[in-house]
Amino acid sequence: MQKSFRAALATCCAVAAATLAHAQTDPTTEDFEKFRAVMEDANPAELWEVKGEQLWKTRRGPKNASLEQCDLGLGPGVVKGAYVQLPRYFADVGTVMDAERRIVHCMVTLQGFSFEEIAKRPFSSGNYTPDPVSIVTFVAAQSRDMKIAVPQSHPKERATWELGKAIFHYRAGPWDFSCATCHGEDGKRIRTQNLPNFTKHDQAPRSFIGWPGYRMTGGVMHSLQWRMNDCFRQQRFPEPGYASDTITALLTYMGVNSNGFVYKGPGIKR
Amino acid sequence: MKTMLLATGVAAAVFAGCAAMNDDAAYRREAAEVVKRDFHARGIATMDRLNQDELQRVCTEYDDNPPADLAKKLEAQQFAAIKLPADGKFMGDWKAGAKLAESGRGMTWSDKKGAAGGSCYNCHQLAPQQTAFGTVGPSLTGFGKKRGFSTENQQYAYMRIYNSKAFAVCSAMPRFGHSGTLDEQQIKDLTAYLMDPNSPVNK
Ligand code: HEC
Ligand code: HEC
Repeated sequence: MQKSFRAALATCCAVAAATLAHAQTDPTTEDFEKFRAVMEDANPAELWEVKGEQLWKTRRGPKNASLEQCDLGLGPGVVKGAYVQLPRYFADVGTVMDAERRIVHCMVTLQGFSFEEIAKRPFSSGNYTPDPVSIVTFVAAQSRDMKIAVPQSHPKERATWELGKAIFHYRAGPWDFSCATCHGEDGKRIRTQNLPNFTKHDQAPRSFIGWPGYRMTGGVMHSLQWRMNDCFRQQRFPEPGYASDTITALLTYMGVNSNGFVYKGPGIKR
Repeated sequence: MKTMLLATGVAAAVFAGCAAMNDDAAYRREAAEVVKRDFHARGIATMDRLNQDELQRVCTEYDDNPPADLAKKLEAQQFAAIKLPADGKFMGDWKAGAKLAESGRGMTWSDKKGAAGGSCYNCHQLAPQQTAFGTVGPSLTGFGKKRGFSTENQQYAYMRIYNSKAFAVCSAMPRFGHSGTLDEQQIKDLTAYLMDPNSPVNK
């Protein structure tokens, strides 16, 4: 399976490279879309889906337990449809959690892993993929072709959306940036990269659809935890804590703004 | 009766509006607390960066659209704090300016101290042959040629780069001089990139 997949990937990349080299004006947008279309038949994210499923089902950690009793919001062990309804409020912790944060919470409580250890190296690089990234890819895949429906029924879920909105607009740092400076207007570009306006319902799904994503740059699998981290870096802020309230609030804000659109599963990102 | 109902309706609406405004203010305060709790310093990106100065606070509060009198007051403060070159010359080397305009580096936790460019192409079109440009700001192609190569216009360009907020208080453009991102010579080089008749920007 691995082998035929790699062959497919090689063909795709050759096509894509040719397409990209062709580009004259904006080499990233239109041609990237072609690349994505070609890749859809052999989505590299599937490798991590498989790995994530193994990790989910295998007894691991100091407590030698699997994650099959993990409650992602729809009851212990229910994975199908959970991802498109996250972030959500969890009564057992009295707070709102996003998908990856909840998975890490289960790794800590059910399997006995240390949060500090996980948070030391939470992002993919080279051949290294942190376990939560593979697991969130597996979980996300079980919501493929379902409508995004991030809940707002609990008061804490509504408060988290408001907090996310406020963080989104918080201007600070040496360059006076907020998320909204780059993502608060329609049709803007940084260099050649189109900037979605996440305050708008029609564009907000770009914060949801295609994530977690196989990133052409670097050839690694990344989750939204990484995307938030890297945007804060570009914002010239200090570094946000991994799986922190700040990230959950931003994902709630953009997630709710994306409600109603169909999630197509783990995807491909530039 | 009808008018009374209407009046109550209006009062309720006004009240709801006020409540929403108070809520927004409370969430803004909470946002400031939450980020200060959640973040840590990394490399040159220290925690004090999360403290808003008055301008950042006002722009956040008014969603980049503060009342005119407040905007004027803040712009005047920013303007007054601009340090013009001691030698009275605004123009440096446009070739050095071109490199700075291309570079998107600087001030992130993965940058070294002092290793910064101006990110100009991230937001502006400049030299016509460079087709990879952003559109957050207006096109600056032909900037000097269109405006005229006068000393006043050189000074304006210098001041804009030093502190854009002196002209548009909640501008998306960073305050390159004010924030210590670029030094006097670098701002002069960028001014020349915009204002030198030989610069590709004006060809
Ligand atoms: C200095 C500009 C800048 C700032 C500030 C910024 N971003 Fe981004 N953001 C980008 C760029 C550039 C991309 C990459 C777009 C692409 O790959 O097409 C991006 C991508 C994203 C994406 C993924 C979009 C996609 O199409 O997959 C999300 C989500 C996002 N940003 C959210 C945020 C949030 C939330 C903040 C505030 C914490 C923020 N950004 C701050 C520039 C910025
Ligand atoms: C994050 C985006 C951003 C970056 C980076 C940026 N600018 Fe700007 N710039 C703007 C915006 C937006 C404006 C429009 C006016 C305003 O709101 O301040 C502007 C306006 C200007 C103006 C005034 C134009 C006029 O017609 O009066 C000049 C000159 C300028 N920028 C030069 C530069 C130079 C030189 C650099 C690089 C050192 C740069 N800018 C970097 C966003 C940016």
